Amino acid sequence: MNKFSWYEAKSVEDAIEQANSTVSEEIYTPTGKASIYKSGGIDVWDMVKEGLIAPQMIVNVRNIKGLDKMSFDPDSGLSIGANVTLTEIEQSPEVSEHYTALQQAVAHAATPQLRNMSTLAGNLAQRTRCWYFRSADHPCMRKGGDRCYARSQQTGQNENHAILDNGSCVSLHASSVATALLAYEASIVYLDAKGESHEVPIEDFFVSPSQDIWRENILSPGDLITEIKVPTPSSGTRSHYVKQVARESYDWSLADVAVVAKMNGNKCEKITIALGAAAPTPVRAYRAEEALINQVINKESAKLAGETAMASARPLTMNGYKVPLFLTTISQALLEIA
Amino acid sequence: MKKNSKKSHAEGHSKGLSRRGFLRGAGLTTAGTVVFTTGVQAFEAHTQPAKGTSFGPGSIGIEMKVNGRMQSLTVEPRTTLATALRDHLSLTGTKVVCDRGSCSACTVFIDGKPVNACITMALDVGDREVITIEGIARNGELHPVQEAFIEHDASQCGYCTPGMVMSCVHLLENEENPSLEDVKAATRGNLCRCGTYPHVFKATLSAAEKMK
Repeated sequence: MNKFSWYEAKSVEDAIEQANSTVSEEIYTPTGKASIYKSGGIDVWDMVKEGLIAPQMIVNVRNIKGLDKMSFDPDSGLSIGANVTLTEIEQSPEVSEHYTALQQAVAHAATPQLRNMSTLAGNLAQRTRCWYFRSADHPCMRKGGDRCYARSQQTGQNENHAILDNGSCVSLHASSVATALLAYEASIVYLDAKGESHEVPIEDFFVSPSQDIWRENILSPGDLITEIKVPTPSSGTRSHYVKQVARESYDWSLADVAVVAKMNGNKCEKITIALGAAAPTPVRAYRAEEALINQVINKESAKLAGETAMASARPLTMNGYKVPLFLTTISQALLEIA
Repeated sequence: MKKNSKKSHAEGHSKGLSRRGFLRGAGLTTAGTVVFTTGVQAFEAHTQPAKGTSFGPGSIGIEMKVNGRMQSLTVEPRTTLATALRDHLSLTGTKVVCDRGSCSACTVFIDGKPVNACITMALDVGDREVITIEGIARNGELHPVQEAFIEHDASQCGYCTPGMVMSCVHLLENEENPSLEDVKAATRGNLCRCGTYPHVFKATLSAAEKMK
């Protein structure tokens, strides 16, 4: 690990003054003078240890007062402070009562140890786990190189990679919690470098490599996430989350699906379907959602929804299995709320 | 990661030096070195200015409560808790295997919660208390989970064992009647390449019985 100084920030304003870069900026154009935020630190330390970034200063935002609060109000919904840990979300009675799919997603993320350490903001801002991206020996497109190693027909190890929106970099977003938050149409609140507050739908927070290969989210140097807001589901809403992994114990997602539906009798009045580990960002299956409006959710309609969601799938050399896996997982999640 | 070759301040471990004694002993009068009484409480004192504080990149004297005893040690901002425990305090029971938070061999408790010492920086600990595998036994008696691991032959090469024990101790401290599924969930982060899981599960369930 390179040497760095440590700035213990006392307030968000104080932190913003100190930070002058982001992990993404530092990967592309190492200045040797970068100061970047760290909260739980898991992804930052991982990248520092791997030699992908060499910040000169770490701005520790973990102990800033007020960023660790979580509250639920039926009118305004769930407010999760940037520093709330995944364990705190997992164990929140309000989350369990009103946000089933979010609770399920958090409980299946990472390990118990990491959930005790990970903050929600850090979880959403972490970089992709693509092994080529994570290897300092592979100057891939996302790190300023000229090719995608995973895409290579001959040598690409792409069994975990994207089957949707994979015309550019084929990596996956690492957060499976984001899948559930997308299905709940959550929003991200952040302060910019001037201290102005912005609120963006989570869908607009993530940036696909086909839009901008240099980044995975909209955050610019100095931007600091302060809160994640999740609207209150209207009455009659049911939700479910399913994650497919290679190991029973814990693992990165191969395919995960969150569904949030408002039911009217046995018919689906409104529904969101979010897919994780399908594309470089968590994505909504809009056409599948449309196909289910005013329909009874049963084996047939659930199967059709899965097929609709996978219609534009373009598997790489080694991840063809993901198409049937998503078909099954989408059906499974839908039938849980039927 | 480069191993810290600094001289250990393990004398603090055996004698429980006062801060004054530590400052004298370690000769921390050189420019640029500060004593870092870490943690939220310290920073929240109402007399503190609104600005934060910068530390490092060089050595910093800190105090850390480990296994019930206040320890003084010299670290850098990049010193992990695992390095601080193993190389500075000679508490080598905590193992570093993957060094990325993926295997949980380095599990310790911070304020009672299991975390990975390999991706926690020493400066992150602050005023919170660290409990390591060395702090699990009480009054010279092994913890029931440790006894049960021996009885049920729950370790082979032993590298995952300290972390595995910590996860199981945490479970039993919070759940009197754990099910097999509870034990599996508690050890979900602990990787064992030898495959001792069935014995770990049996040992933990048996320890739970004995602790009733």
